[in-house]
Amino acid sequence: MPAPGADPLGAAGAGEAGAPAADTTPPRPVSASRTGLRAVARYLLLAVVSFVVLFPIYMTVVTSLLTPPQIARRPPLLYPPNPQWGNFVTGFNAGHLGEYLRNSAIVSICITVAVVTTSVLAAYAFAFIRFPLKRVLFALCLASLMVPAEVTIIPNYRTVAAFGWLNTFPALIVPFMASGVGIFLFRQAFRGLPTELRDAATLDGLGHFKFLIRVVLPLSRPVLGAFGVFAFLGAWNQYLWPLIVTRTDSVRTVQIGLNQLVGSSFTDIGVRAAGTVLAALPIFIVLLIFQRSLVRGLTTGAVKG
Amino acid sequence: MLLRKAREAATGYLFVLPAVGLFGLFVFYPLVKTAYLGFYAQPVFPGLPSHYVGFSQYTSVLSSSQFLGDLWRTVLFILFTMPLGIALGLGMAVLAHKRLKGIRIFRLIFSSTIATSVAVASVIFFTLLDPQVGLLTYVLGQRGGAGLLNSPTWALPAVAITTIWQNLGFTFILMSAALQSVPDELVEAAAVDGSSPTASFWRVTFPLLSPQMFFVGVIGIIAGFQAFGQIYILTGGAGGPDNATTTVLFDIYTNAFVNNNMGIAAVMAIALFLILLVLTAVQFLVLQRRVFYAGAGR
Repeated sequence: MPAPGADPLGAAGAGEAGAPAADTTPPRPVSASRTGLRAVARYLLLAVVSFVVLFPIYMTVVTSLLTPPQIARRPPLLYPPNPQWGNFVTGFNAGHLGEYLRNSAIVSICITVAVVTTSVLAAYAFAFIRFPLKRVLFALCLASLMVPAEVTIIPNYRTVAAFGWLNTFPALIVPFMASGVGIFLFRQAFRGLPTELRDAATLDGLGHFKFLIRVVLPLSRPVLGAFGVFAFLGAWNQYLWPLIVTRTDSVRTVQIGLNQLVGSSFTDIGVRAAGTVLAALPIFIVLLIFQRSLVRGLTTGAVKG
Repeated sequence: MLLRKAREAATGYLFVLPAVGLFGLFVFYPLVKTAYLGFYAQPVFPGLPSHYVGFSQYTSVLSSSQFLGDLWRTVLFILFTMPLGIALGLGMAVLAHKRLKGIRIFRLIFSSTIATSVAVASVIFFTLLDPQVGLLTYVLGQRGGAGLLNSPTWALPAVAITTIWQNLGFTFILMSAALQSVPDELVEAAAVDGSSPTASFWRVTFPLLSPQMFFVGVIGIIAGFQAFGQIYILTGGAGGPDNATTTVLFDIYTNAFVNNNMGIAAVMAIALFLILLVLTAVQFLVLQRRVFYAGAGR
C-alpha cells in the first residue's frame, strides 16, 4: 500500500519514465504505466470498499420499494422492479414517524440550545471571572466526565418520576442540559482569545455579559458550531434513557419509535424498511450540511487533544 | 473596591450555577445514591420495603455467575468489535489518504455511516438477518434456518458486526485525522532512503499513529461497555438467546427496569462505573503524555 506522501516522488519519477534506462533500483522512478495501473487498482479498491460500506443502506432502500412477495423471493431481488412508493406513505402514517421525528427534533434542539448556553456561561466564568473556589468548581465539571449517564439511570429515573416528569419532554431534556466536554472545549477556546480584548472591553465599560455576547461569542463561532452539531447528534441518537422514560407515541423519540416498526404488528418488511429510510433521512441531510463542523468537532475532542 | 470584587464573584457563581447545579442533581447525587442503593436488598415478596444488607449484596452480586458471565460477554463483544473496527477504519483511512481525482466522494462514502444512529443501523441489520427473508441469512446459506440472531453462538457476533458497521464512519474520520497528523517529510525521507511504500508505512507511519490508535482503542472499549441499543433491538429486548447477548449494561437495564430489582442493578452499575473510571483515567493519562510529547517536539 503506497504510503501517504510518497505521491510527489512517484509523480516526479513518472515524468522521467520516457528514458529507456529507467532501472528499478531504489529510489524508484516508477514508469508511467505502472503508476497508471496503481491508480486503477486503487480506484478499484476504493470502489469495492464503498460498495461494502453502502450495501446495507442500498439494500434497505431496495427493500423499502418491494412488495412482500418480492421480498420473500429467493434468490433475493437486488433492485426494485416496480417501486412501491406507497410503502413510504404507509410507513410514515401507520408508523407514526411524523410524530416521532417531531419529538426527536424538539428534544434535540432544546438539549443543544440549553447545553451550549450553560456551557458557554460556565466556561466564560472559568476563563474570565475571578471568584473563590473557581478551581474546585472547574475540577467538579471535569469530574462529571468520569460518570457516564449509563451508571446513574436508576436514581435519575426516580428523580424524574418524583418530579412527575415521566413520559414528558422535560424528562428527556433536563438531565442533559449541562456538559463537561462543552465547558472544557469552550474554556479552552475562550482562553485562547487575546487578553487585550478583555482589557479594551473593560476600558469601554463593557460588563461581563455584554463582553460575552458582543466579543467572545462572535469570535468563538467555529467551536460553538462544532460542539453544537456534536451535542445535537448525541441527543438525537440517545437510546437507553428515552426507552426508559417514555411510554406513549406523543413523546417517544424516533430512535425508540423505530423499534415499534420491528414489533410484530408490522409484518410488512417493505414498510419497515421505508420507515427506517425516513427515520435516517433527516440526519443524513443535517450531516451533509454540517459535515465540516462535525469532523472538526469529532477530531478536536478526540485526536488532536 | 471590595464591593466590586464581591459583584464580580457573584457574577461568576451565577454563570457557573446552571451547569454545576445540573451536575449535582443528575450526575453526582445519583452516583452516590446508586452506591447507597447497593446496600439495600430487594424483599423476597414484592410490596415489602427493601432492607439494609451492607456489603453482602456487593460481594454476592459481583461474584455471581450471572455477573461474571455478563462481564465475559462484554469482553467478548469488545474483542469482536474494537480490533476489527480499528483495522478497517485505518485501512480505509490509508486508502483514502492519497490525493486522487474524486477522492472526496470516496471520503464522504467512507464516513457515511456516521449518519446512522444505533437504532437505524440495528433495524437495517435486523432486516438483513431476518431468518426468512434476510439477505445475509440467504448469503450465509441458512435459508429456512433459525437465523444468526436466534443462535446462542452467533447472536453476539451478529450484534458486533452491526456495531462495527455503524461505527465505521466514526473510526474512519478519527483515523484519517490521525494520518494527517503524520508529517509528510518523514514519509518522504523514508522513500528517499529507498524504503518501499509498504515498508515506510509499517516503519514510519504506523508507529507514529500508535498513540492515536491506542486512544481510539480505549474509546472502543468504553463504547463496548456502553453498548445497549443494538442489543435491545436485535434481540427483541431480551438480551438473548439464552443470555448470549446480555452484557453488564444490558443486565443492569434488565434488573432495574424489567425485574424491578434496583439493589442488584445498583451494584452492577457501581461496578460498571469503576471499570469505566479506570478506562477514562488511562485515556486522560495517555492524552496528556501525547500532548506533552507533541509540545516538546516543537
